[in-house]
Amino acid sequence: MAMPQIKEAVAPAEPDIAVSTRNISKNYGDVEALKDLSLEFPRGQLTSLLGPSGCGKTTLLKIIAGLLEPTSGEVEVDGKAVTGPGEDRAFVFQDFALLPWASVLRNVAFGLELRGVAKSEREARAAKYINDVGLGGFENAFPHELSGGMRQRVGLARALSVDSQVLLMDEPFSAVDEQTRRKFQEDLLELVAVENKTFIFVTHSIEEAVYVSDQIAILLPRPSRVSEIIRPAGLRDKDVDNIRRDSEYLDIVDRIWASLRNYVE
Amino acid sequence: MTIWGYRLPGMSSLLIWALLWEIVGRSGYSFFVPPLSDVVSTLIQVLPSPAFQKALYETGYAFLAGVFFAVVIGIPTGIFMGKNRLIDELLLPWVNIFLSAPLTALVPVLMVLFGFGMKSIIITTTLFAIWIIILNARAGVMQINRSLIDMANSFGASPWESFTKIYFWAALPEILGGVRIGIIRAVKGVIIGQLLISIVGFGALFELYSANFLMSHFWAVLIVLFAMAFTISEFLAYLERRVSYYAAKR
Ligand SMILES: Nc1ncnc2c1ncn2[C@@H]1O[C@H](COP(=O)(O)OP(=O)(O)OP(=O)(O)O)[C@@H](O)[C@H]1O
Ligand SMILES: [Mg+2]
Repeated sequence: MAMPQIKEAVAPAEPDIAVSTRNISKNYGDVEALKDLSLEFPRGQLTSLLGPSGCGKTTLLKIIAGLLEPTSGEVEVDGKAVTGPGEDRAFVFQDFALLPWASVLRNVAFGLELRGVAKSEREARAAKYINDVGLGGFENAFPHELSGGMRQRVGLARALSVDSQVLLMDEPFSAVDEQTRRKFQEDLLELVAVENKTFIFVTHSIEEAVYVSDQIAILLPRPSRVSEIIRPAGLRDKDVDNIRRDSEYLDIVDRIWASLRNYVE
Repeated sequence: MTIWGYRLPGMSSLLIWALLWEIVGRSGYSFFVPPLSDVVSTLIQVLPSPAFQKALYETGYAFLAGVFFAVVIGIPTGIFMGKNRLIDELLLPWVNIFLSAPLTALVPVLMVLFGFGMKSIIITTTLFAIWIIILNARAGVMQINRSLIDMANSFGASPWESFTKIYFWAALPEILGGVRIGIIRAVKGVIIGQLLISIVGFGALFELYSANFLMSHFWAVLIVLFAMAFTISEFLAYLERRVSYYAAKR
């Protein structure tokens, strides 16, 4: 059994763990997507799952979300075993997953609607988050009238408005253009700083992972395990504008690339 | 269509055909083709007559009841088939068989089973309409974006909520397309049913007119039927266009 090697374990005190996955395996028929994967997600921090395509990042995220059953192993959120979707977690989808027949307002309020919040209250809350993500004035627009970046803001507002403790984000920025993506990354850092939520963030991009994460879990190709956990500890206190020039940032990017390049043919 | 720079309103080509009809009718070419003007004046006489009103009422009733059952049974059945592999494998062969079957041949059997009345006509109408409604609802559900369903589940949607808030709406463009074709088939169904059973509605009226060689009456009623079927179909096409803004963007 391969235990995750923790390099750079610089946690000063015992960190408060919001989500933990233990010995998760997942088979799709004959395909072993995840094998014996264990990982802990500290509260209030952003953990990235980074790894080559097809290594099971989405699978792991959906298992944490309670959308998929693991073949074996268990997930705990706040010490309670996960048996299905719950109010403590909200999901942000790569393809936004907006209702094309509903306005921005209804889309943002849809999570609250499904959780049984009364119409006037959920619309008030949705309106607040629409403003927060910078979409004020677009309440009555429809998804097809928005750009990709704006659509993902809607998806983000929907996930934020239910006020869950854990935010699960599956490559949320991969379908938007590079400029928007950078803006999103900055906004995400701010969000992590102001909201005391636990973020689990899937990405393909090494730079993105290093830029936004408190902790990066590197997954190996199928059957996937955690090969390494990296904590870019020094970066969080630095000025957002200078991170990309920081030598620690560049070192970590290089190191991750060095360990992943073996798996990229 | 434009002629000499004038934009003609839609379907103005019908005028030419109407003119042709009038000429052929006046030439006395055939007893079966009275001039259009005669047909129209008969039409105006016939419309308020009790026999016509009764036929219209009976046909409308059978039509609406038949379509109602086809829609109310067909849409959920199609959605369930799209959602559930097992139900799909059980029902799909039957749906396909009935979709292409010559249902007219079944009408006599229905008459034996359900009698020579309204009931058989309603069932005939439903049978004509329902299969394409099922198939389209099924196709609509099968193309749903998986992540919409994951999204609803992740917020804790109950099966009923995902049915009414996701599946139905995501499949609506296909469902409406199916209902439109289904309704066009229902018009056929209700008329064929009435003709074969021929003691109610327009079936009785046709029987009466053709037995008495009242050709302009016959044509008048036919025009009314065609116009009604066409109007219904256009109305449904309009509804379909109303949802097409998201049909392409799901
Ligand atoms: N429903 C499924 N049925 C069968 N195999 C699946 C299914 N979903 C995923 N897999 C397989 O499991 C593996 C992991 O898939 P997953 O989508 O979790 O990868 P990923 O890391 O998210 O990839 P990407 O970075 O491309 O999104 C892949 O090899 C995929 O082929
Ligand atoms: Mg993925």
